[in-house]
Amino acid sequence: MVISALRDHVSMWPLSGSEIEVRSGGSGPRIVLLHGAYGWWGWEPVHQRLAERFTVVAPSHPGFGSSPRLPDVDTVDDLAYLYLDLIAARGILPARLVGFGFGGWLAAEIAVRCPHAVERLILVDSVGIKTSGREGRDIEDPFVLVGDEQQRLFWADPSRQSVPLPHPDMNEDLLEAMLSNQEAAMLYGWKPFFHNPKLKQRLHRITAPSLVVWGEEDRIVSPAYGKAFADSIPGARFVTIPGVGHYPHREGVEPFVQSVVDFLG
Amino acid sequence: MLAYHFTEMPYPYVPQEVEDRYGTARVLLPNSYYDPKLGADLYNRYLDDFIYADDLGLEIMLNEHHQTLTCTDVSIPISAAALARQTKRARICLLGTPLPHRDNPVRVAEEIAMLDCISRGRINCGFVRGVGSEVHPAGTNPVATRERFEEAHDLILKAWTTPEPFHWEGKHWQYRYVNVWPQPYQQPHPPIWITGTSAGNVPWVADRDYVFAVFLLAFDDASYLFDVYRQRTAELGMPTPGEDKFAVLCLCYTAETDEQAWDEGRQLMWYLQRKRHPALFNPPGFASVPANMAFLAGIDKPRGDTFESLREKGIIIAGSPTTVAKQIKQWHERGVGHLLMMNHAGPMGAEMTRKSMKLFAEEVYPEVREMAPISVERVAAGLPA
Repeated sequence: MVISALRDHVSMWPLSGSEIEVRSGGSGPRIVLLHGAYGWWGWEPVHQRLAERFTVVAPSHPGFGSSPRLPDVDTVDDLAYLYLDLIAARGILPARLVGFGFGGWLAAEIAVRCPHAVERLILVDSVGIKTSGREGRDIEDPFVLVGDEQQRLFWADPSRQSVPLPHPDMNEDLLEAMLSNQEAAMLYGWKPFFHNPKLKQRLHRITAPSLVVWGEEDRIVSPAYGKAFADSIPGARFVTIPGVGHYPHREGVEPFVQSVVDFLG
Repeated sequence: MLAYHFTEMPYPYVPQEVEDRYGTARVLLPNSYYDPKLGADLYNRYLDDFIYADDLGLEIMLNEHHQTLTCTDVSIPISAAALARQTKRARICLLGTPLPHRDNPVRVAEEIAMLDCISRGRINCGFVRGVGSEVHPAGTNPVATRERFEEAHDLILKAWTTPEPFHWEGKHWQYRYVNVWPQPYQQPHPPIWITGTSAGNVPWVADRDYVFAVFLLAFDDASYLFDVYRQRTAELGMPTPGEDKFAVLCLCYTAETDEQAWDEGRQLMWYLQRKRHPALFNPPGFASVPANMAFLAGIDKPRGDTFESLREKGIIIAGSPTTVAKQIKQWHERGVGHLLMMNHAGPMGAEMTRKSMKLFAEEVYPEVREMAPISVERVAAGLPA
């Protein structure tokens, strides 16, 4: 994947007495992209492609990238209220929300809290709910794996792309961002492991037309989990993309963008 | 100086190839490799060795880890309880209770107070944050370990020093009635010991006048941290900390001759050769971002430590009684008053361990004791030693 410099398209927006890193660009209706547990890796090809049709707004959650951690913000519950404040303050209300992985969980939490604040909801290989019993493991744990073992979980074809895992040879800015991402991911997602046991029973509150997109070869959260997620959201459409893993927006940019365009019009 | 006998109570019977296959001695190595019958013998032998230390005039140190073959003492209140009754005189240094991983700090306050009463005031109370891999057995958020450590510490200290029920609504723990029965035998509470590996947290220890302990650090690295402690107390206008405030843990072996000690004592290297899984040992968020960046910058440097180089650095103390006394003197010159002796590791047998302990106690300890004459009675009374 060709990724432009880490700071391209970045601006800092004021938020809650502090600031938040936002990548933005393009023109047309605004869409808000909420990243997953490994953050944004720059102005990515998916941003660029979506920016041809939409105004892309891609914040880094507090603690991720160069967004500072905020005092007393340490749960997805906190993040959901923070983003409700942010989209109201920036006049992005109601919002078109696209959430990836951890960001999908966050988007769903925003939508159940304030259904009228969301105009369209797109969840992509999202975590956040519990579908199995107490001994079931819905969400694979990449954080206890190293190197290639971890890469194999994320990609249908790990030979083509890789997650920029912290490495001594890495550019210092990227290394610092990736280490911050890891810390923030643990802060919000450690326990219960990347889900809210109460979320599934609240998904019926969502009123926005919703699309659930899944990589057919996702080894972090299976397509069956994605189907269960979609089935819990009233009227949600569920589509899978063949030949891609946990990151349809990175491993299958074109079919992914097409599914977004088809849904949002 | 005071010398403490210590073993991690390892389970040394897992074949090397099994450990290699799982890439770790901890957390993911299946417990099917544990034989409780062998484990029973080990526990009783290790506890007997501690009682032997008491007989020899040595003090005792205990620690705990979880889900690992390197240490099967999974609850220091349990091992300390056995020893509180079965020993007569030794200080029992719990180093320490992994505060972030104990779900109920009030229970910790109760357990330590009970141990202190049973032992009639022989407890040193160590609190630790726990190594990274401990977040998995306990399920503790690695990002929250430091703040949980501090809140649990504050709560326990308040529980020991408040003569009536009180209310606590903290971030991690909430109680409407904290009113700990029993109270510690040593008043206002047992000596508190804290471990450390980096300078960042040393001022917190110095501010509270606690004993600061380092494990398996080279002379220079330990001295640097001790200096951070001393600088902090000087800045605050506190009394200059004495030798009773500094402790070091070393791998130790004494034999009749240097050659014999360096041959037999090599078995201690077992502890340093266990497989450490990088992701388990340093879970995301456990170390700060700057600490991780520094760690990654040095990760490719060869460690290459040998028995000999570790002796040079003071991490291993081994030799004839004369050589061992000389090495300990080097620690004393750096202000250390407590020597925590890891006299055993891995498959080292009881006979060999006890031979070394006895020789140390008889031939070396009298001289070491004189280097920094710390009074056990004054320690127990909470007075400067």
